[in-house]
Amino acid sequence: MPIIVEHLTHVYMPGSPFESLALDDVSFEIKDGEFIGLIGHTGSGKSTLVQHLNGLLKPTSGRIVVDDIEITSTSKVPKRLRQHVGLVFQYPEHQLFEETVYQDIAFGPRNLNLPEGEVERRVREAMALVGLDFEAIKDRSPFEISGGQRRRVAIAGVLAMEPSILILDEPTAGLDPKGRDEILSQIKNLHEQRGMTIILVSHSMEDIARLVDRIIVMNRGKIALVGKPEEVFSCVEELHAMGLGIPQITQVMRGLKARGMDVPDNIYTVDQAVKVILERIRGKKNA
Amino acid sequence: MLKDITIGQFFPGESVIHKLDPRVKIVLTFAFIVIIFFVKTYVGYGLIFAYIALAVRLSKVPMRYIVRGLKPLLFIIVLTFFINVFFTPGNKVLFRVWAFKFTQEGLNQGIFMTLRLALLVVGTSLLTLTTSPISLTDGIERLLQPLRVIKFPAHELAMMMTIALRFIPTLLEETDKIMKAQMARGADFESGNLFQRAKALVPLLVPLFISAFRRADELAMAMESRCYRGGQNRTRMKILKATKRDYVAVAVTVLLIAAILLDSYVL
Amino acid sequence: MEPIIRLQDVQFEYLSFEGEEIAALNGVTLDIQKGEFVVIIGHNGSGKSTLAKHLNALLRPSSGVVWIKGMDTRDEDKLWEIRQTAGMVFQNPDNQLVATIVEEDVAFGPENLGLPPEEIRRRVNEALKAVGMEEYAQAAPHYLSGGQKQRVAIAGILAMKPEIIVLDEPTAMLDPVGRREVMETVKYLNRHEGITVVHITHYMEEAVDADRVIVMEQGKIVLQGTPRQVFSQVEVLKEIGLDVPQVTELAYRLKAEGLDIPLDVLKVEEMVEAICRL
Repeated sequence: MPIIVEHLTHVYMPGSPFESLALDDVSFEIKDGEFIGLIGHTGSGKSTLVQHLNGLLKPTSGRIVVDDIEITSTSKVPKRLRQHVGLVFQYPEHQLFEETVYQDIAFGPRNLNLPEGEVERRVREAMALVGLDFEAIKDRSPFEISGGQRRRVAIAGVLAMEPSILILDEPTAGLDPKGRDEILSQIKNLHEQRGMTIILVSHSMEDIARLVDRIIVMNRGKIALVGKPEEVFSCVEELHAMGLGIPQITQVMRGLKARGMDVPDNIYTVDQAVKVILERIRGKKNA
Repeated sequence: MLKDITIGQFFPGESVIHKLDPRVKIVLTFAFIVIIFFVKTYVGYGLIFAYIALAVRLSKVPMRYIVRGLKPLLFIIVLTFFINVFFTPGNKVLFRVWAFKFTQEGLNQGIFMTLRLALLVVGTSLLTLTTSPISLTDGIERLLQPLRVIKFPAHELAMMMTIALRFIPTLLEETDKIMKAQMARGADFESGNLFQRAKALVPLLVPLFISAFRRADELAMAMESRCYRGGQNRTRMKILKATKRDYVAVAVTVLLIAAILLDSYVL
Repeated sequence: MEPIIRLQDVQFEYLSFEGEEIAALNGVTLDIQKGEFVVIIGHNGSGKSTLAKHLNALLRPSSGVVWIKGMDTRDEDKLWEIRQTAGMVFQNPDNQLVATIVEEDVAFGPENLGLPPEEIRRRVNEALKAVGMEEYAQAAPHYLSGGQKQRVAIAGILAMKPEIIVLDEPTAMLDPVGRREVMETVKYLNRHEGITVVHITHYMEEAVDADRVIVMEQGKIVLQGTPRQVFSQVEVLKEIGLDVPQVTELAYRLKAEGLDIPLDVLKVEEMVEAICRL
């Protein structure tokens, strides 16, 4: 189901000396089944934005429509919105509290008052989706498994709500390269095999570039840039002014172009770069 | 919610009151609290009022901050007023409403108690508004230092207060985050009866405790690696030194106390 | 010259949840010279953090010896001198600041050393200046960004006048801006104040400017050398699940395709140069 955000504005602590404008007239649409990368540095408003999408925050003005649910400053948030839109916070393992992995993942489905058989089915499935072995780990305490596993248990806890839209805020923060790659490939699977709409909040241009269909760049509470990765990465000056970088590979391509080599500057993965450079070099030698 | 409480909030500034030695401020605040319970006449209250008004004026803290501190206590203050008005025995009946009688004594008592409470709140909020938590802790530590003789852990107490103050904002932020994360999993903190609500807090409190323990553990390690080994041999960067303005403040307060005692008990 | 840090066949075992003995360090021998900038990389559980804690005597070896400036870390009498010589910055910026005001926090270390107030004041001002946080001397830590908090933590260590700073994944919880701030501060301290730096991370980019890179895996040093030497071992790094910078990977791939590209490319400009030379 599509997400429509229109003129969304959010003010924190209005009327106090700490009043601050976190979102300033933000409008965009996300289509069904899209994979969106949301970038912006700390304080750019991206966390505030994603919390609106599942009704944890309400707009000061403007509106959000998810499926047929409309949220404005006055509307009451229906419970089913939280189920439709799954939100995985940064360091989600900090929210684990149950005695066993199973119980913790079952927390969400049980809040939906599902029968126990259905709860178990969902727990099994959610664990499979994040690559956790059900039998081996279900009865262990979430506090005695490794950090990477804990993170996956927490993500499974959200997946067990069976959301059709999944938002992940920096899901790889603090993980090492191996843990990061595992989580990212599972997210990719959710998108490709389950057709889930995914919004991935990340600082890593390289990760975003590899995965998403479209990038939304936030800066000071506004949307600064929107487009396909190659479109966004071609706006180097704008990104730089916002304190954001571009992938190293894109920098290499721009460097080559500046030196007069005929290469596209909208390349952002190593695979693409290898292909293009080989073509140029071999072409040059054959000529 | 929690951010509206002004007792304990600090209003940064450079005024004479801000610059007073925290030890002096703490002692004077105590003296002030004690003396407002000794006042028996309207003249006495006039003096106290003048004293605190002068202090507020000198502190340059905006009036609305002081008033905001009173707001959460408004209900208690009003209640105290009525309880005293109705339940103070007296003979000079002013008028009656249904079964209640208003007496001169009751009215006096009601007004006095209300004033006392209000002054108490204003006095203590002025202390915290003009004294940064850290100098407040410093002041307490140094005032309690003589008690070390009887093995009272003055330094440890002050260190605990400092750390608590340092981590309150961090833990509040964390509470908000965990609460939202559980709400995203369908948790409901707002409906149900008392028992259900208490039960609903488990998913919030467990992670919060775990996080607090983890923080405590890491902090202890960081402190140890920075050569912390208790209060022994420790020095401080800032030394408290009473100056002329502290003596003036003490003198003014002593005069006030003398005047009030004279007015209420001798004349 | 006598190395300022010296580890001789260090082993460290601890008990896991299940009660098994796990060797976090498995025979580490290492010398670090005064003024060196050493980066230790490895993934979670490789033993790199355990190693860091040995340099500050927060942990002591089960067997083997650690000497810090000639002092054996098992020597209880030298404990505080060792901790003052080798200061330590931790991962979570929130959980290492003690005081409610920045300058008070920086003063915490020197206060513990029992220095006279004027000396503490002087050191605090100097330290805050060195990390570029003097404007924030009166600020409350929770209003600062992650990168700023880490710089305050570094200042707190600097004020103790250490000869070594050990940073245990100080950038893991920061955004790219914060990471840059911290790295610039650390490099500045190494180059201009002559402080020996041991920086632990899993971000490879942070190792590019180091004098020496040490790769840890399963409690052992598996690779060490200059950044160029280490990063050219793309296969080894990938095998243990570590990243290489995108340009290094590109060089590796192009070389595999038969192009004449040096494998020790670390920076974008070098890569551009190398391709243009073909």
